[in-house]
Amino acid sequence: MQLIECPWCGPREEVEFSYGGQAHVPYPADPAALGDEEWAHYVFFRDNTAGVWAERWMHATACRRWFNALRDTRTHAFLTTYRPGDPVPSPDPHPTPTPEGAANG
Amino acid sequence: MSTAPATGVPEHPSFLWRNPDPKPSYDVVIVGGGGHGLATAHYLAKNHGITNVAVLEKGWLAGGNMARNTTLIRSNYLWDESAAIYEHSLKLWETLEEDLDYPILFSQRGVLNLAHTLQDVRDSVRRVGANVLNGVDAEWVDTAGVAELCPIVNTSPDIRYPVLGATYQPRAGIAKHDYVAWGLARRADEAGIDLIQDCEVLGFTTDGDRVTGVRTSRGDIACGTLALCAAGRTSTLTDELGFRVPLQSHPLQALVSELLEPVHPTVVMSNAVHVYVSQAHKGELVMGAGVDSYNGYGQRGSFHIVERQMAAAVELFPVFARAHVLRTWGGVVDVTPDASPIVGRTPYENVYLNCGWGTGGFKATPGVGWCLAHTVATGEPHPYNAPFTLDRFVSGRLVDEHGAAAVAH
Repeated sequence: MQLIECPWCGPREEVEFSYGGQAHVPYPADPAALGDEEWAHYVFFRDNTAGVWAERWMHATACRRWFNALRDTRTHAFLTTYRPGDPVPSPDPHPTPTPEGAANG
Repeated sequence: MSTAPATGVPEHPSFLWRNPDPKPSYDVVIVGGGGHGLATAHYLAKNHGITNVAVLEKGWLAGGNMARNTTLIRSNYLWDESAAIYEHSLKLWETLEEDLDYPILFSQRGVLNLAHTLQDVRDSVRRVGANVLNGVDAEWVDTAGVAELCPIVNTSPDIRYPVLGATYQPRAGIAKHDYVAWGLARRADEAGIDLIQDCEVLGFTTDGDRVTGVRTSRGDIACGTLALCAAGRTSTLTDELGFRVPLQSHPLQALVSELLEPVHPTVVMSNAVHVYVSQAHKGELVMGAGVDSYNGYGQRGSFHIVERQMAAAVELFPVFARAHVLRTWGGVVDVTPDASPIVGRTPYENVYLNCGWGTGGFKATPGVGWCLAHTVATGEPHPYNAPFTLDRFVSGRLVDEHGAAAVAH
């Protein structure tokens, strides 16, 4: 089972987490101005990247907080995780382990 | 059987299809040599006389989800639009062996969709009513009826999720997926259609709102019409074409046990404990469940999904407790927001889309092949695929089978 690095709790087993799909999808700045097409794209359409992308996870059985992850959807390997509001890390395909050995999640 | 000289090895059986190099141009190019692509090719030739067709497959024929599914065939969907296309498909399954002149081991052993809670019972009885109104064979059976149809199901009232009854579709069943693909491929090849393997699509050439050709790992191929049957890989193609589709690709896992004596006479599905089980002709128990939660193109999934599925299977079928898992595997399924497929037009005038079948594409193989061939040949959707447009996500006219289709996705 994969270990996922919760930015608050540290590495935990995958079963503790629930998935939230693509990250960084902003709520429309001016909702009243949107037409059907724009609403459809906000509600139903997401990227479906084959490769590294940013996605949301929630640590459901512990701190219950949301966070973001960079993960390669081809290998399912986590590159890094980060807290909401933090800048998106650069998707280094070969991340250097931190002193805690946690960067690979 | 004759043997090759001095080797003791039997001669290779005759090949079921040629393995041609691509020609520079085709009237129709189908991307994806799985069940849907092959069925579309077959019906283009059979129903419409269109044979200047290439099916491009990046791996080997029918080696993706067609080789990885659990082969269940049924049509007991809730909504009219779904019932129509799946029932059309089921009717084609009933004569497909004669059509292909090839054995596909289609066995109409029936499917039980178990109800474990009062809400399950209400939903199931509603679905039976809808099925009957749509001409789909369906009935509600009580707990004793389940025990009679499939004696190895644990119908004791003392389990965590007791079986309160089930919907039953007697005409549902299973087929041998490889034989289906081979039979379709042989027929398409006989008609003169080129099935081109090891041919990955890398990009497209376009002229305004038309796609004029396909760039592949085996060279450029011009096309009159393009049909995409790439399942979990569809998004990577539409990204190249520059339009968005509401698909998310997920791993879907399945597994088989060792070969056992016949113990399981039907197909059993359960949403509440979440597993579906049949027994293949050879004797393996074939099991599947829901998708892995995260997006993934890796053709494998997480072990805890398999563990949960086995727990569900043993809860429902105590007799399975001593069976051994022989192998597990995963495929990549493309899931839509309403759990219904997208079959029809795209922003390009000569490009047609067939995707979004999620966890349920195998059963649709002949049905969607028939409808997509019609769409490609006439430029108009067949009445059975007309509701499954890409623009329903803008119009709001969804076909919401999430939770309604007798299976959790």
